[in-house]
Amino acid sequence: MSEPHMDTPEELDRMNARPIDEPAPTGADQILDQGVRDPDALLEVDHVTLRFGGVVALNDVSFSLRKGEIFGLIGPNGAGKTTCFNAMTGVYRPTSGAIRFQGQSIVGKKKHEITRGGIARTFQNVRLFPEMTALENVMVGADAHHKTSVISALFRLPRHWQEERSGRERSLELLEFVGIRRRAGDVSRNLSYGEQRRLEIARALATNPTLLCLDEPAAGFNPAEKAELLELIRRIRDTGVTVLLIEHDMRLVMGVTDRIVVLEFGKKIAEGTPAEVRDNPAVIAAYLGVPTDAA
Amino acid sequence: MSDTAVATEKPKTSFRGSGGVRGWFGRQPGWVRAVVALAAAALAFLLPYVGDIPLIGPQLITEGIDWPSALFNMSYYVLLALGLNVVVGYAGLLDLGYVGFFAVGAYGTAILTSKDSVLYSHTGWAWLAAVPVALAATMLAGLILGWPTLRLRGDYLAIVTLGFAEIIRIVATNTQTFRGDRGFTGIPHPPGTWNGKVIFGVTDAIPYFWLGLVVIIAVIFGVRNLDRSRVGRSWLAIREDEEAAEIMGVRTTKFKLWAFSIGAFIGGLGGVLFAGEQGFINSSTFVLQFSILVLAGVVMGGSGNMAGAILGGALISYIPDRLRGISVGGTDLYEYRFAMFGVVIIIIMILRPQGLIPSRRRAMELKDRAKEVAPL
Ligand SMILES: Nc1ncnc2c1ncn2[C@@H]1O[C@H](COP(=O)(O)OP(=O)(O)OP(=O)(O)O)[C@@H](O)[C@H]1O
Ligand SMILES: [Mg+2]
Repeated sequence: MSEPHMDTPEELDRMNARPIDEPAPTGADQILDQGVRDPDALLEVDHVTLRFGGVVALNDVSFSLRKGEIFGLIGPNGAGKTTCFNAMTGVYRPTSGAIRFQGQSIVGKKKHEITRGGIARTFQNVRLFPEMTALENVMVGADAHHKTSVISALFRLPRHWQEERSGRERSLELLEFVGIRRRAGDVSRNLSYGEQRRLEIARALATNPTLLCLDEPAAGFNPAEKAELLELIRRIRDTGVTVLLIEHDMRLVMGVTDRIVVLEFGKKIAEGTPAEVRDNPAVIAAYLGVPTDAA
Repeated sequence: MSDTAVATEKPKTSFRGSGGVRGWFGRQPGWVRAVVALAAAALAFLLPYVGDIPLIGPQLITEGIDWPSALFNMSYYVLLALGLNVVVGYAGLLDLGYVGFFAVGAYGTAILTSKDSVLYSHTGWAWLAAVPVALAATMLAGLILGWPTLRLRGDYLAIVTLGFAEIIRIVATNTQTFRGDRGFTGIPHPPGTWNGKVIFGVTDAIPYFWLGLVVIIAVIFGVRNLDRSRVGRSWLAIREDEEAAEIMGVRTTKFKLWAFSIGAFIGGLGGVLFAGEQGFINSSTFVLQFSILVLAGVVMGGSGNMAGAILGGALISYIPDRLRGISVGGTDLYEYRFAMFGVVIIIIMILRPQGLIPSRRRAMELKDRAKEVAPL
């Protein structure tokens, strides 16, 4: 399906054909390790640039995630974090660069293919199906791997019953897992804000992801709720799911992540462990509002 | 779906807690609901004899058209409303050209059976033999309309579908093959004999109504099964947030195309029944008002809800037929049917914006919106 933001096929071919080990365009960030292929990488964002007209939302960004870690993606407002998620989940197509998941390029794949391939996400502004119950919302996620065809649904063939039952059970387990099982039968728009955020996580988990991307899941939470959420994120990781977390709250990110990438104005300005990133002058400058050039 | 699997907390997948008759109905055990549904179906089969009820009966039946024929008209309008409800009510795709599928079903039957057809020397089939081919053709028409319009929504989609129906009508009017106004005569009736007499004759419309009713019941079962499955969930998710649905793994293209072709199929059923009863069709049946009327019925009854679609579909056919033969100032009230519909729809939309039998979800949607506008 051609979307308005897509490039011509020639351009895309050229882009995909670009050798991955080609040296990165040099810039202020050349000191950072760029383009080093990690054979264990689960997800590789490889020199991705994404423009909206004149706005460069992502500027030659590279990083890679390892299986089983909790990875933080931070940066001030408008840094390009959400855009990065959108590029990874097929909502936007990078202007240039490659994104590989488990070694395979996912650029140009359909959104639902990427989801079934193992990347699930939540949204910065909650995007549930408001008139569906909490349980139904999660079951939509569970349906991602179901095979019930229109014919088997129409005639209620065994596959329909079997998947309906297993999907329902798994969805209820997930609601339990995120702590809102008692709201299963309520229409999702009637859930509290915090419950809606948790429901989004349950719905994403229902697609059975290898990588779960959370876009500011703690936005608007009080400290107690944030602590609970951290706990939940750790439990998700303990089930073997790799987590990519966008978060504004530095303390929260520092507490839970194994590694962090910092974006500012679409560029990666730092990468490392929480301790390394915290002491990085460019990061401090970015968060205090001083232009990076001056740092 | 049984709620017993989760005995501890009993979460609901639907809104069975709500009050009113439907709330009561929803809370009853399965067998009670089955009995009530069977009783309703049985009563529907007795509708041709409504006129025999003392006092109210004669008020209900039509005067200007014989009552069984009016009932048959209602049956294919109900089918059309049920089909359009899948497209508009479930999948949220606004289709203004729905009559196009009714036309494809009717013309498909005519061209394979009528002696006026250019194909007559090759085909000249019986009605029943033409039905599967005509229905396959309507499903194909659904795909043909659905495919290029997949990326359109709302008003854009409405305009394109409108054009689709007009193209079908104009082709039917202006081509030699489809014979325009002259139409097709001698379309055979459905088969069958009873005690040595043909069941589907020209004088008695009751068997046609019963046939329509059987088809309606089958369609209700089919649509209900789809609604309460992965398919219905996917349609609803698409209606609520198409992009989020796709990101959650819903194959949006596939399910939208299914909605179009299932809707087309049901509309086509109406068309083949219509052709089989009338024995004659021409291009003047398939005018734009027809589409608008069916859509009005769905909206009036309660979009997204089968009971609403059935009621709406029945009313848009019943009201004008009931008005037939009542003349005011020398004009048959039937001639004023569209004006009256306009007024009736405006009144219903003011008093009950969700429709007569609202979809519970839609009702909630509107209630919440009202709250946003006027917080207490
Ligand atoms: N669809 C779009 N069209 C045009 N510009 C866009 C679009 N989406 C994002 N942008 C721009 O891209 C830049 C990055 O936006 P993005 O939403 O990725 O930031 P973010 O890091 O998620 O910020 P926040 O912390 O506020 O969520 C911003 O300048 C934004 O205005
Ligand atoms: Mg954002």
